Amino acid sequence: MPPTNSDESRDLAFQEAIDADRTVEPRDWMPERYRSTMVRQIAQHAHSEIIGMQPEGNWITRAPSLRRKAILLAKVQDEAGHGLYLYAAAETLGVGRGELTELLITGRQKYSSIFNYPTLTWADVGAIGWLVDGAAITNQLALTKTSYGPYARAMVRICREESFHQRQGFELLAELSRGTRAQHEMAQDAVNRWWWPALMMFGPPDSESPNTAQSMAWKIKRVSNDDLRQRFVDMTVPQSRALGLDLPDSQLRWNEARGHYDFGPIDWEEFRQVVGGHGACNAQRIAVRRAADEGGAWVREAARAWEVRQQSRTSAA
Amino acid sequence: MTAGVAGLSVVDLREVALGLGDDCLVLSHRLAEWTTHAPELEEEMALANLALDLLGQARSLLTLAGEADGRDEDQLAYWRDDRDFRNLLLLEQPNGDFAVTMTRQVLFSTFQELLYRGMAAGTEPRLAAIAAKGVMEARYHVEHARLWVQRLGRGTEESHRRMGQALDLLWPYTQELFKPTESWSRAADQGAVPPLSSIEEPWRHSIESLMVDSGLEIPGFPAWQSGGRLGRHSEHLGHLLAEMQHLHRSHPNASW
Ligand SMILES: [Fe+2]
Ligand SMILES: [Fe+2]
Repeated sequence: MPPTNSDESRDLAFQEAIDADRTVEPRDWMPERYRSTMVRQIAQHAHSEIIGMQPEGNWITRAPSLRRKAILLAKVQDEAGHGLYLYAAAETLGVGRGELTELLITGRQKYSSIFNYPTLTWADVGAIGWLVDGAAITNQLALTKTSYGPYARAMVRICREESFHQRQGFELLAELSRGTRAQHEMAQDAVNRWWWPALMMFGPPDSESPNTAQSMAWKIKRVSNDDLRQRFVDMTVPQSRALGLDLPDSQLRWNEARGHYDFGPIDWEEFRQVVGGHGACNAQRIAVRRAADEGGAWVREAARAWEVRQQSRTSAA
Repeated sequence: MTAGVAGLSVVDLREVALGLGDDCLVLSHRLAEWTTHAPELEEEMALANLALDLLGQARSLLTLAGEADGRDEDQLAYWRDDRDFRNLLLLEQPNGDFAVTMTRQVLFSTFQELLYRGMAAGTEPRLAAIAAKGVMEARYHVEHARLWVQRLGRGTEESHRRMGQALDLLWPYTQELFKPTESWSRAADQGAVPPLSSIEEPWRHSIESLMVDSGLEIPGFPAWQSGGRLGRHSEHLGHLLAEMQHLHRSHPNASW
């Protein structure tokens, strides 16, 4: 981007570059609000990957077959990797992982509210893979074209793994759905509990989403909340039929005129409560993350001290 | 039984594979317990890697162990009680802090690497194949754990103190590593596995030099705990298995 003197013309040049579909790179000039919006969004995404390890991690030691245990362990490990790429993407904007973790565990930054719901049975692992990773892919595919380069590139890499997760979740549920009666019921119960929260993952309706206009202009966000939600519903309904499981919405039906599925009203009050900190697991999720961070402080400190000593030893040699 | 006459008996092969497979399964479970509790994200990934490698080895070894009487890996993992588990006592010990976990890892992985090296060159082709793959994984586990033992041993006063406590806590379980069962001795006579006495010296040497590098001292008291290979475990294993097995056993005829 060409250097200019006045803020106004810099803003203008920035918007022109965005309009021409050029990506923004770490060393480019950017408006302060673009930078802070990007930091907040990448950080929230990173936190979601890390907090999201907890509900599924809850079932690793109890997985009902060694094959499923290996798949789940690898999946939860992938999520840690996603968190790492994303914290690295945030670092290109000048904020460190430690600082962001501090904002998370003191409740000043958020993570996806979906992870404040509990995993009550083994089938929840399948429902999360199928619905939650499925919703995440829908969101993240749109983000592979987001304007900030490092974030867009992280999304490409992450999306590849998320689609594995979704397929594995689907297979897990398929096995339960055609299994014993108790297994089928377990699968249906999990889908009943996760369906609506999964739809809420796309955020409030466009009519009530204050940040959307600016984010769309900056191409941070490329598709609106409601459009993403519709894409997800359209993709998922046929999959539920293939699974032999019902989606808990009596108003769900194909609308020929729209070329989309219609679905019933979302309980936005529940969404507000959970985002506001009153979900089943909000306090627990943060407490676990905080305990890991604080409990590991002596280890990180020892590693730093050792590193310093190694360096002074090599420079003395 | 003498070498070359009857080969390794089915019973001895099963006992050997079961012991090694249970080692991997139980340690993998303990490492997986760290998930979401690790001291940093890089370590979250590394501990999961260790757990996954060991779980993979456990599956191969249990599959081999169950072949003779038609039991698969899940039947062996989920339908035996603690008296039928053959793992080393060291591996079922609770994770404790990160110093305990890394100390346990270095004591075991050093042993496992030496053992797999011998077994990879052994006369039983299926054990040899599992060991050949496992030895590369064990090598990485050793390197990872050694680096942490050095960092913690020479890091801060607190980490040094915790490492000393970890060594004192786990040292009593180290002698069992080198106590062969009757099956093991016969398998060693057949050349299928290395005699445990042949890996004790290199193990001791490796651990002692690590402790010197890390500014730590090996406890002076004797290491006298044993019994895991014969199914006499600590109280901890029953709880571990209760957690691992309950869901599978709640649905006896289900497949997953
Ligand atoms: Fe992810
Ligand atoms: Fe995922």
